[in-house]
Amino acid sequence: MTGEVLSSGPRTAEPGPWVRETRRFLWRLGRRKTTLVGGAVVLLFLALAIFAPLLAPYDPIAGNWATVRKAPSAAHWLGTDELGRDMLSRIIWGARASLSAGCVSVGLALALGVPMGLAAGYAGGWTEAILMRLTDAMLAIPFLILAIALATFLGPSLTNAMMAIGISATPVFVRLTRGQVISAKVEDYVEAARALGNPPLRIAVRHILPNVLPPILVQATLTIAAAIIAEASLSFLGLGQQPPQPSWGSMLNVAKGFLNQAPWMALSPGAAIFIVVLAFNMLGDGLRDALDPRD
Amino acid sequence: MRRFILHRLGVLIPTLVFVSMMIFGLQQLLPGDPALALAGEDRDPQVIQFLRARYHLDQPLPVRYAYWIGGVLHGDLGESIRIQRPVAELVLEKLPVTGELTVLAMLIALAIGIPAGIVAAVKRGTAWDVAANVVALWGLSTPNFWLGILMILLFSVHLGWLPASGFVSPAESLWGNLATLIMPAFVLGNAIAAVIMRHTRSAMLQVMRSDYVRTARAKGLSERVVILKHGLRNALGPVITLGALEFGQLLSGAVLTEQVFTIPGFGKLVVDAVFNRDYAVVQGVVLCTASFYILLNLAADLLYVVINPRLRA
Repeated sequence: MTGEVLSSGPRTAEPGPWVRETRRFLWRLGRRKTTLVGGAVVLLFLALAIFAPLLAPYDPIAGNWATVRKAPSAAHWLGTDELGRDMLSRIIWGARASLSAGCVSVGLALALGVPMGLAAGYAGGWTEAILMRLTDAMLAIPFLILAIALATFLGPSLTNAMMAIGISATPVFVRLTRGQVISAKVEDYVEAARALGNPPLRIAVRHILPNVLPPILVQATLTIAAAIIAEASLSFLGLGQQPPQPSWGSMLNVAKGFLNQAPWMALSPGAAIFIVVLAFNMLGDGLRDALDPRD
Repeated sequence: MRRFILHRLGVLIPTLVFVSMMIFGLQQLLPGDPALALAGEDRDPQVIQFLRARYHLDQPLPVRYAYWIGGVLHGDLGESIRIQRPVAELVLEKLPVTGELTVLAMLIALAIGIPAGIVAAVKRGTAWDVAANVVALWGLSTPNFWLGILMILLFSVHLGWLPASGFVSPAESLWGNLATLIMPAFVLGNAIAAVIMRHTRSAMLQVMRSDYVRTARAKGLSERVVILKHGLRNALGPVITLGALEFGQLLSGAVLTEQVFTIPGFGKLVVDAVFNRDYAVVQGVVLCTASFYILLNLAADLLYVVINPRLRA
């Protein structure tokens, strides 16, 4: 019966291995509630950052002496700061600085680290030796110390902070990509591509890279969380976003001076950092588990 | 073992050279001519020429690097333009304060992380495991400077139990020293505790599935002895090496923690230097931190070989 239906009806194409893999990946991803919550929170903050001009109830920069350090109320849900600015509006606008710092710096780290790792892993020899010693040297300096040093010498601004964080995060991607490439380059499909006469660059970019991307993307998600904390740390130290532009880290730095008079000033910026970093960590953990072949 | 040590040392030396080149290269990011900046407003050509010769600014970059690294190898990290004192002296002065803070933070991290990891592994899939994982995720996601501010709000502003800032030397008062360091050490150790907990859990899960643990159980040993004597002892290896590596991250975190609690340590020194554009101090601190971190890496590798007899062959 089934055979008749299959042979007489319109022929439905079997999903390819890529489609099957994607479906299985999405099923595994959706199985964990924490991953879905993390993803939803990340999307929410992205929406806040993109639509900040529409969502923020007040101007985040203009001060108002009549509302200096007001506690949370119906007019100002999260209270006001030392210059009478609405905390909620500054938090919403601050999402732009934090998320752009997270995404741009990790984008930079990927743009630098993945080609370097690909070259080191595929070429081997002196290329690998030099690139890996350089990577070891960068990894030898703790992430935040390197970011602080770079931001100091580049000068304080959000752009320079993003560059500093991106450069500091690069060695992790070099190492990860190299490791993945070394194990992938002995696979049959690479041997086949080589036997067909493909040039090394084409094999590395067209055949190896797509197969080593999943763990790199997981690492990228987790690094965005670290980059957001790093941006907040640099802004807290005065090396990131400059006043009066809102940034969660610099808001906390100011709040530290008013803990007795206006404790609410310290609560919402820190909570925003915590929630968005937690969401990225939950999403990253979920992605890692969904892509784990041992599962 | 000897071959392993020689190999590690062979890798360590070029890494140190690259690190020193990178730190020296940071100076090159500064815009403008340093001699012009040092010459003041008059910009007397003779003074500029003198400064160029004195600081070797008229020499090519590799020669300037050679002068700089030669000085570093003789313990000369330059001079602070703000305090007018040798950087090496300042670093040595601040190091004990940060050292005490980081050691205390590591002890707190181990005291929380290892038991939490054991409980999470032994009671896998239960509410204990979920709770430990939630706490670990919380620890990893909380910026330590925010946690510091929250603790100051609670324990200093609200309850009045602990001082909000400052540092008391242990020689002056042991209790005062502990009172000023307990909050910053907890803040600093918090994230490391989460990392240690995750690694302990994972190592314990692996060990508890092994044959010798099954044999120990079959011999009729109590679960407590099986977990602590057979399980934990074998799971601790990677955790100890990880702990050594995390010391480097503690130095990183100390920069922010010392800023929040106004502790006059290594971190405070670098932040003050950043604001005063005291570049020699920033370079000196980064160089010392990196060298310390590289040596810790080496120590962690050697420790791993020492506690794992299979790797000694």
